[in-house]
Amino acid sequence: MTIRSQVTSNIIRSYLFMGIFTVLVIALAYVFGQVLGYGDSFIGIAVLLAICSSFISYYFGDQIVLAMSGARPATRKKDFDFFTVCENLSIAAGVPMPKLYVIDDSAINAFATGRDPHHAVICATSGLLSRLDRREIEGVVAHELSHVQNYDIRMMAIVAVLVGTVAYASDFFMRSLWWGGRDRDNDRDNNGIFLIIGIVLAIVSPLIAMLIQLAISRKREYLADASGALLTRYPEGLARALEKIGKDKEVLEAATNATAHLFIANPFKGKEFGTWFAGLFDTHPPIVERIKILRAM
Amino acid sequence: MSLPLLIGGLIVVALLYLWSLYNGFVTLKAQIEEAWSQIDVQLKRRIDLIPNLVESVKGYAKHEKSVFENVTKARSALMKADTPETMAKASDTLTGALKSLFAVAEAYPQLRANENFLQLQRELSDTEDKVAYARQFYNSTVMDYNVKVRVFPNALIANAFGFKEQPFFKATDEEKKGVKVEF
Repeated sequence: MTIRSQVTSNIIRSYLFMGIFTVLVIALAYVFGQVLGYGDSFIGIAVLLAICSSFISYYFGDQIVLAMSGARPATRKKDFDFFTVCENLSIAAGVPMPKLYVIDDSAINAFATGRDPHHAVICATSGLLSRLDRREIEGVVAHELSHVQNYDIRMMAIVAVLVGTVAYASDFFMRSLWWGGRDRDNDRDNNGIFLIIGIVLAIVSPLIAMLIQLAISRKREYLADASGALLTRYPEGLARALEKIGKDKEVLEAATNATAHLFIANPFKGKEFGTWFAGLFDTHPPIVERIKILRAM
Repeated sequence: MSLPLLIGGLIVVALLYLWSLYNGFVTLKAQIEEAWSQIDVQLKRRIDLIPNLVESVKGYAKHEKSVFENVTKARSALMKADTPETMAKASDTLTGALKSLFAVAEAYPQLRANENFLQLQRELSDTEDKVAYARQFYNSTVMDYNVKVRVFPNALIANAFGFKEQPFFKATDEEKKGVKVEF
């Protein structure tokens, strides 16, 4: 597949998943509303709660992550290659240059955050900057810059809101059943089947929501690989960088479960799942696959 | 629905389409102009770096006169160029002349170890990258514009408003020629 067709295919697939997700949320609203007779206000509260909890991470996510990781700002003098590579790729992408930071850690990894190209931050570990050559750094930075350009952070925030909505709604539903709703006696005869569907959905949908979220995350990772290759016109750079990252056994100390999906490769090494099923729970596609796709471009 | 209403609706839709299409052309054209000025900025940067570089090499290899002359001539030509075609040609000529200059520098180990020279070399190499990326961005913006001008039905309207295809910033034959290294 060419780079451009990769880009298109990944965009389409991620929106397909978003569509499935939206349908799921609507289905939940309908079924829960039928059972409890509360109508729409139920789902509305869940959405509001989910938005509130995602708000802080969306608007202040970059500052929080940087503080948690103990990052220092990058300078042209100290980090010439990193700095000039970012300058160059910003020119190639036609976007303002992001703020650059370096984490002092010998593991090889990098991440990007920021809700749009005007508020972007790219961070790399000192391990990455010392162990990768200029063309490999270019591949990694192009990948991270593509995340910002494709508004991936925004998309994942929206997905997080959807996941939160599903979780809250299912939770409210189960609690209402347990503690008894107001109109239930009137509706009980009509809604036997909905009751069953509702309970099944309430149990299963948070899990499905999480799986969809992870699937979207993986598609956007592939998309960032392809968009990055379109920027550098040199997919081999990123392929070589990924090879080095794959071989590096070190765990990035600064990463946590909440921030793991932002990094270019799963920071928790040793979790490279072999089976298909366990692979569904990965935020990143397998490195071997990514390298294969890049080399076929 | 009555016929006049339907026709009126269609005309409104067509006008809206024309409006958005025209603005699309204008926007892309402006983006091309901005991308062009980016190339200009990077080429100027390159022009500014060169005198220092020439001086530092001259310090060790005064007698390689022809190489220095070529670089200076190519630099002046680039400063005078103003259209995509002349700029591309001048830029590529300068790249060739610089390659010869660096090839010459390879023969002088003291020069190669000189901090100043090394820093200038890195800066110049980085600037060459910047010029290349600016050209790439310009070309991909031009491509988007040209596609929009050429597809149907835009092509009919583009002609009416005077939006023509723009030229790419192409590599010239100078760049495709190899570099002769003579000591």
